[in-house]
Amino acid sequence: MTTAPILSVSHLSKNFGGVLALNRVSFDLMPGELLGVIGPNGSGKTTLVNLITRFVKPSSGEVFFKGTKISNLPPYKIVRMGIARTFQMVKPFYQLPAYKNMIVPLYSPRMKMLAGGSYGDRDAVALDLLEEVGFERDARVAYKVAGSLPQGYLKRLELAKAIAMQPDLYILDELFSGLSLAEVAGIVPIIEKIRLTGKSIIMIEHRLKELFRIADRVIVMNYGEKIADGPAEEVMEDEAVKSAYLGTENE
Amino acid sequence: MGENYFMLIGTSLYALINTAILALMAIGFNLTFGISGVANFAYGAFYVLAAYGLWGMLNLLHFPYPVAVALAVIANVLLGALIYRFVLLRVRGQALSEVIATFGIGLAILELFSYFGWVGFEYTLPVFLDKSFIIAGTYVDFQRLAILGFSAVLIMALWWFTHHTAIGLAFRGIAQDERTALTFGIDSDWIAMLSVSFGAGIAALAALFIIPLGSIAPGEGYDVLIKALAVCIIGGLGSTGGVIVASFIVGFAERFTDTYIGSHWTMIVSLAAILLVLVIKPSGLFGKQKELEERI
Amino acid sequence: MKKRKERIDRGIKVRSSDIFALLSWREMLYLAAPRVLPVVACMALPILLDPYWQKVLLSVAVVALLAISWDIIAQTGMVSLGQALFFGVGAYCSGVMNHYWGLSPMLSIPIASVMGGLICTVILLPVLRLRGIYFSMVTLIIPLILVRIVEATKIFGGTEGLSGMTPLPSKWVELYLIVIVLLCALFGFRRMMNSDYGLVLKGINDNDRSVINAGINIYWFKAQSLFIAGVIGAFCGAFMTHVYMFVGMPVFALDYSILPIAAAVVGGPGTLAGATFGAFILVPLSEVLRGFGGLRIVFYGAFLVIFIVALPEGIFHYIQRKYHQFERWAEVAE
Repeated sequence: MTTAPILSVSHLSKNFGGVLALNRVSFDLMPGELLGVIGPNGSGKTTLVNLITRFVKPSSGEVFFKGTKISNLPPYKIVRMGIARTFQMVKPFYQLPAYKNMIVPLYSPRMKMLAGGSYGDRDAVALDLLEEVGFERDARVAYKVAGSLPQGYLKRLELAKAIAMQPDLYILDELFSGLSLAEVAGIVPIIEKIRLTGKSIIMIEHRLKELFRIADRVIVMNYGEKIADGPAEEVMEDEAVKSAYLGTENE
Repeated sequence: MGENYFMLIGTSLYALINTAILALMAIGFNLTFGISGVANFAYGAFYVLAAYGLWGMLNLLHFPYPVAVALAVIANVLLGALIYRFVLLRVRGQALSEVIATFGIGLAILELFSYFGWVGFEYTLPVFLDKSFIIAGTYVDFQRLAILGFSAVLIMALWWFTHHTAIGLAFRGIAQDERTALTFGIDSDWIAMLSVSFGAGIAALAALFIIPLGSIAPGEGYDVLIKALAVCIIGGLGSTGGVIVASFIVGFAERFTDTYIGSHWTMIVSLAAILLVLVIKPSGLFGKQKELEERI
Repeated sequence: MKKRKERIDRGIKVRSSDIFALLSWREMLYLAAPRVLPVVACMALPILLDPYWQKVLLSVAVVALLAISWDIIAQTGMVSLGQALFFGVGAYCSGVMNHYWGLSPMLSIPIASVMGGLICTVILLPVLRLRGIYFSMVTLIIPLILVRIVEATKIFGGTEGLSGMTPLPSKWVELYLIVIVLLCALFGFRRMMNSDYGLVLKGINDNDRSVINAGINIYWFKAQSLFIAGVIGAFCGAFMTHVYMFVGMPVFALDYSILPIAAAVVGGPGTLAGATFGAFILVPLSEVLRGFGGLRIVFYGAFLVIFIVALPEGIFHYIQRKYHQFERWAEVAE
């Protein structure tokens, strides 16, 4: 018995007035899979995410989530269906304490949709969630103003906001960027924990070593096209991938 | 039959001139916004200020006409720069404050003139040439033709400026992407200041051409602002092409309504046009607003 | 020895931030004063003032409500340059219902408030998707255009307007109605803006893509915020129609748009209390300046600019800061 893919991207393209940022990209994501998306800068990775979550309108192509076509829905509806994304440039509400940053996601109508209605006391839930992602409770880090927190905490806050939505699909856009090795090592267990609950994850990354340790499958993008798709080791042996990253002899 | 024909031609001609007037009013405002991203709500005030300044120089100080004109335009340009330097610069980036600050300034200036009560038929600017021509059976005075000609020239000059000169291209650069422009060594604050000054200067020129058709009144300031805003809403903020097309639409609609239906209905036509545009294409006909796409 | 200024919470603030404040009269007074004093003062004023200043109090309350209405949508990221739109639509709704259908003010005022809010929200719906500047532009010109339309089509009384409205039962009803509405609006909406709902609204202003990312339809919430502000503004208009017993073109006057903004800016944007405070300062001030005629608006304009540039936090924040904190010089460790 074959399971249906949870996400199905079909010939997705985006044309920014002359610049073809994404060119007929297609792939499927199985439930519970962790898919890595890698590629040189400007290859269209973030555009891909923007198109899937419909923050940007696709020029052509379709996206199906759990069998439903989402490529013509407004972004907030797509989020409510169960996709949570993080942003590459983390922009919390700087003047608010970290836990207050969680209030908006916890206010989401998705909370009503999931069994049990609303959370109740959002402050308490926010503090719990933040503790799970590593905001030390006794140091009261969650009460600190977001503007004063270092990048490692901000990235984890971003992840916590996604977790709060209880999505079925996580799309994490360069979560590891700007973090030290120790900080990355701190976040990976959280992602593993998410995987254990059976959720699907797409991770866009530049830090290949850390990504390959946890990814089931990897897609490589270059100049808006998908040039490879498969397990990490296979993909890195691919000639096209090597020349994309390292350049060919003539360059 | 012949009479209707002449009325049609005449109305069309005046509609064309109306278009030119509207375009002249709206261009300065649109330029500033499209480039420095600041909607200069003091625009109407600049218009009236230049008019009164010119009047004062001609009738109180008895400056020769060319000198007075040059001084009026320069004064407006300087005033624009000053306002940018001392007010806008400090609140740059905070949309709320920018709007309120320029609005407050415009308000203060216009109401000041209202208070001084300089209203009346003697408050007017001289026409360029006191002659009329007959075109296709209608009387058209020289002033109106001059407006038509000047509008066309101004638009072409602006197009050339923003596409073929270094400064003009810099203008467009900071409108598109400020950070990148900065990396090219373009001082965005300086350019923004120039654009506010330019807008003010164009307002002065507009006043110079249009006021002679009537008289100066502080209320004109609000009217100019309304018309400029209306045209920009319909055509799309930041798009010069949009301003032109919108000016045509509103200009012709107003004129034909005035002739064939009744002069009181012109405002309703304008409002209807705005509401229609808002419902069908809120960002204006040529508007470049792309909601989120711009910001991600 | 280098020194720097540092700001520290006052001792009494720290002591009264916990439940033990109940043990001390001083601390309870410290907490209660900012909340109770205004209420007591507002309730007492109508009795204490002479008739001329009672009329001023009416204006203060109306401007304060309009300023609160402005501040609510400003906190959601929409800068309205046309509070007069809400005011005027509400005024006409109530006036028309009273004049043509004979509805008593007790009915027409509430109905007009809600209707006015709805109408204004629907008019402004298309611009909600666009950049904030469109909102400002549209709110600025629509009242101005509406005036000219009324003038041209002579609808609803045209230039003369509608007169002979039913007044409210008595002067005291007028005064206390508006004062109580003001106090309820102030405390009620303050509470709302501090709640999670208010946080969502403020979030839309701060970072709307973050809010969309939480599955929230920001346009629906913006519309809600607009509706709330519209109802408040329309109430003011409907109320004043029955105080003046007249409604006409002047309801769309620029005054009603600008004074609330000036009050909010001077008092302190971002807090409804600041807007109210600003109204209590500006309106009496403008009465005193009445001798200057049209120059008043010049002052408002100048005030607006000066405050928004030099003291953007507003007077209320300043006072609040002084109440809770004090400053002193501290040595900088070398």
